[in-house]
Amino acid sequence: MKSAALKRYLGRALTYVLAIVVALWVITPIYLLGVAAFSEQSAIYTFPKQFISSPFSTDTIAFFLRSTGVSKAITNSVIVALLTLFFTMLIGTPAGYAIARFLFRGRDAFRLLIVSTRAFPIVILSIPLAVSFIEWDLYDSVYSLALMHTALALPFTILTTSSVFASVPRDLEEAATTLGCNQFEAFLRVALPLALPGLAAAMLFTFVLSWNEVFAAVILTVRNRTLPALVLTVLDVSPTPYKFAGGFVMLAPSLVFMFFIRKYLFNLWGRVTK
Amino acid sequence: MTRRRWQLVTPYLLLLPSTIFILIFFAYPMVESFALAFRADDGGWTLKHFEAMVTDVAFVPAVRTTLLLVVIIIPVQFVLALIMALLIQAKLKFSSIFLYIYSIPLGISELAAGIVWFALFTERGYLNSVLINLGLLNTPFIFLGYQNTGWLIAAVVLAEAWRATSIVMIILVAGLQSIPGEYLEAADVFGASLWDKVWRVILPLLKPSLQVALILRTILAFQVFAVVLAVTGRGLTLLAAEAYLWYNTYRNPNVAAALATLIMLLSIASTMIYLWGLRTPEEQSL
Repeated sequence: MKSAALKRYLGRALTYVLAIVVALWVITPIYLLGVAAFSEQSAIYTFPKQFISSPFSTDTIAFFLRSTGVSKAITNSVIVALLTLFFTMLIGTPAGYAIARFLFRGRDAFRLLIVSTRAFPIVILSIPLAVSFIEWDLYDSVYSLALMHTALALPFTILTTSSVFASVPRDLEEAATTLGCNQFEAFLRVALPLALPGLAAAMLFTFVLSWNEVFAAVILTVRNRTLPALVLTVLDVSPTPYKFAGGFVMLAPSLVFMFFIRKYLFNLWGRVTK
Repeated sequence: MTRRRWQLVTPYLLLLPSTIFILIFFAYPMVESFALAFRADDGGWTLKHFEAMVTDVAFVPAVRTTLLLVVIIIPVQFVLALIMALLIQAKLKFSSIFLYIYSIPLGISELAAGIVWFALFTERGYLNSVLINLGLLNTPFIFLGYQNTGWLIAAVVLAEAWRATSIVMIILVAGLQSIPGEYLEAADVFGASLWDKVWRVILPLLKPSLQVALILRTILAFQVFAVVLAVTGRGLTLLAAEAYLWYNTYRNPNVAAALATLIMLLSIASTMIYLWGLRTPEEQSL
């Protein structure tokens, strides 16, 4: 009996060790890039490298932010991501709600259409759209890029908002309609407030999706680069501090956003698969 | 209109904007892309863009590296993702913190991940610093040299396994959560080892989730390019990177579209293979 308990205790301890090792595998590379980004520029050129930022310095990050085009690229990235967020929510939420709440002919066909859009690589969408945008005089603008990102994020938004609405009990909305709300009011006053945390998580995820996207951004813009597009195009001519600080600035939102949406991820992605 | 008629029409009205949007931004570019890839300047049909694509010196290496990376990265990611998913489901203390850490890479771009791993592998980077501090090396080893194809591929595999495993983990955890606890309890009652539980209970029941994750990851793996540019510079080339070069540097959207078409055909083919290869038993008996 005693040895069984000991065995279980050891197994438990090993599980913790493994969980910590995996966590270190994820966190160490980010930590090291953070050390480089928050050291003085001269420290980035020293070798062997230090493993803590001493002295701690915002010199390298400041150098990156002051470099040509960076502040504009960050602004562009934020504008594109916010526009994408706005468009996907405007267009996608109604569709998500319809899939979650209505039984109608063509529902499965629509779901299939949405899921199959995933099979289309960004590459095949970006190149012809770039050619068309040039013809239509929409090329190299944050708006046309936001439309492209909306197209990329829309299937995700529809599936995730539908799973968010599906998790709001239908009875509550029906109760509201029997108490005198029409269906739209029931949606606005009952379903929407209850769905809000899940929708917010989906929105943060959409923001990150657009913030991170690089292929379409680099194909569809020339002067109005987003941050990843700018960093990619100057990658092979930029000094190491620029690269390291740029990398850290690009991944920083994920550190914050994932903290807020971690509990919603399964609801968002889990149901996408069904 | 009567209330009942409204009830019938409402879902279609709600779907209309996204349907129109998807047609404009998916159907139209698809058609346009084929037109770019197969149309000659005089308006007739041609295969000359595909000829230009195939005869380019970078084409064969690009196909080889793309396929090689898919074949290596996908299994590594799935093993790692399964370990992470089982750890998340193991009801550990602080599991919320573990979940946060494990899902951070989900929000990190290919390009940023590439820079992270470049910082580790570059000549005066962190890996060489560790090796020299430990006394294992006297001078830095050049991992990312153009001749070192093996190390270049290893660095890209690590970067991709690091970045893109999170999404597989999330899908697998969602799948694990839908496995009834009684199944695993039953396995415990019969004294099954962890290995048996994973192979005989968990994996078979996870098949639908695995299928979805495999399709998604493989399609995304065919499009990888920024991580490779960031880690290896021009040391390795891939199909998507070639499409980017043909469009941006050589100013030839036709050959770029031909490459895009090839990437799409590969995506569709791999999806079919997974759908067929991972049929559920009922389908198999048909």
